[in-house]
Amino acid sequence: MRRGVADAVTVVIAAVVAFPLYWMVLTALKPDDEVISAEPRPWTLRPTLDSFLRALTVEDFGRYLANSVVVAVAVVALSMVMAFLAATALTRFRFRGRTTMLIMLLVVQMVPVEALTVPLFFLMRSVGDSVPALGLNHLGSLVLVHLAFSLPFAIWMLRGFVAAVPDELEEAATLDGASRFRFLWQVLFPLVAPGLVATSVLSFIHAWNDFLFAKTFIISDADNQTLPLALQVFLKPDQNDWGAIMAGSTLMTIPVLVFFILVQRHLAAGLGGAVKS
Amino acid sequence: MRAGQGRAAYAYLAPALLVLIGLLGYPVYQLVLISLHDYGQEQVSGGAPVEFLGLGNYRALLGGEQFWTVLTQTVGFAAVCVGGTLLVGAALAVLATRVRPWARTVLFLAALGAWATPAVAGSTIWLFLFDANLGFVNEVLGTTGFSWTYGRWTAFGLVAAQVIWCSFPFVMITLYAGIRAIPAEVLEAAALDGASTRRIALSVMLPLLRPILLVVTIQSIIWDFKVFTQIYIMTGGGGIAGRNLVLNVYAYQQAFAASEYGLGAAIGVVMTALLLLFTLGYLRALRRSGEAL
Repeated sequence: MRRGVADAVTVVIAAVVAFPLYWMVLTALKPDDEVISAEPRPWTLRPTLDSFLRALTVEDFGRYLANSVVVAVAVVALSMVMAFLAATALTRFRFRGRTTMLIMLLVVQMVPVEALTVPLFFLMRSVGDSVPALGLNHLGSLVLVHLAFSLPFAIWMLRGFVAAVPDELEEAATLDGASRFRFLWQVLFPLVAPGLVATSVLSFIHAWNDFLFAKTFIISDADNQTLPLALQVFLKPDQNDWGAIMAGSTLMTIPVLVFFILVQRHLAAGLGGAVKS
Repeated sequence: MRAGQGRAAYAYLAPALLVLIGLLGYPVYQLVLISLHDYGQEQVSGGAPVEFLGLGNYRALLGGEQFWTVLTQTVGFAAVCVGGTLLVGAALAVLATRVRPWARTVLFLAALGAWATPAVAGSTIWLFLFDANLGFVNEVLGTTGFSWTYGRWTAFGLVAAQVIWCSFPFVMITLYAGIRAIPAEVLEAAALDGASTRRIALSVMLPLLRPILLVVTIQSIIWDFKVFTQIYIMTGGGGIAGRNLVLNVYAYQQAFAASEYGLGAAIGVVMTALLLLFTLGYLRALRRSGEAL
């Protein structure tokens, strides 16, 4: 009996926690007149995709969605390759400066990147003078900074996965005549793939969710805005199109939610590793 | 060890090192440098020479009244967020150990949803839920027309609630795993010795969970001290006349709205220094719980 009460309480709490998400999807599906009704109801009898269509056509959300995907995918691809190489060097080689580098990796993760907006703004401005595609107002600038922010943690996390591959495997591969390069990409890389997935999801989410740097770097080129910024632009002091805003929020949340559910096991293991090891 | 390992290692490390030095190391150096100069709109456009101020920006910052108000607000806001997050997270972690698996799965799924919601989307949803005229909350409370974001304290409360909503799942799931990791024999032995439930919780479980509690607390402090997105979006850039500013938003506004880049950088340095103090505590806590690098 007491257990039944605890179960019921748990479900009620879960409902409260999930309510904002329910409200988001519900508002996105409501017809316009129900959204701007002064007496909002927690259900709708006339669900419609109008708000999604409006978000994608009128507000041009599709373009920002594509921009966000480009930035996040580029960050993930580059950070995967770089972190894999760096993690391999730090776990499988002994060399001067290795310990110092490991400590620096930890320290660097403690830097509040938000404090770096001012210097990074000017850095991107001068980078843009020589390579416009990587400078202010271009998606390249966002790729660069998020790559830098996600690398330390990605390297740190991948170390464990690389270390788990036994040394004998490399010796066997060398005996079979495989070059170091071949061993790296054809043996080691597939073996640490699960670790790469878990780390890259975190990199993806960081790049996908970023608001501050998108706001700082993409100042005048509306075509190159990413989702978080675009969503903010739709918020006007009055006359908000809440239906479209909630449809946009839904489109923005779904990819992250899917990734979270796909990798929650890896994530827990990875976070546990980050916290514990 | 084979010869040439060092060279190979540095070849592998080169791309990552290049990115990290160029986009993290160099900016940190630049941050300090800019904070020591008078760097405003005229200097940026090349209309006036950059003037070295030494600690001038810091003197202006620490001498002004607004900085101390913002600092106090930042600490207070972070304290409420951290306290709320830990309280909700811990209570729900304990609850999760006492219910049937299906109820726990429902709770964890809801928490995962809150955790995964991007800060921008989450802030927007909460803003709409608490909208003065169209919001569901005002409809339920019968307070239609009441603006939650107008008053300083209701605005801070609303943002804090949103922050707690999206950050308690991390604490809950970590603590739940911690509680589950306590060997059943330990608890049984305590019960056999006649310890009450309360006694077991306080004298057996709490000490065992201390390392995990410490880690999630300090992690929460680091996160909540530098909240930017939620404050910026929900209070429209720091509230009316900047009364909802926290350090992070204050630095952004000084630099990019008021074009006082030197001052903005100085706030960034102060923020980094304060977080560094927490971080040292974090590393010490890790070491004390017996972890090696």
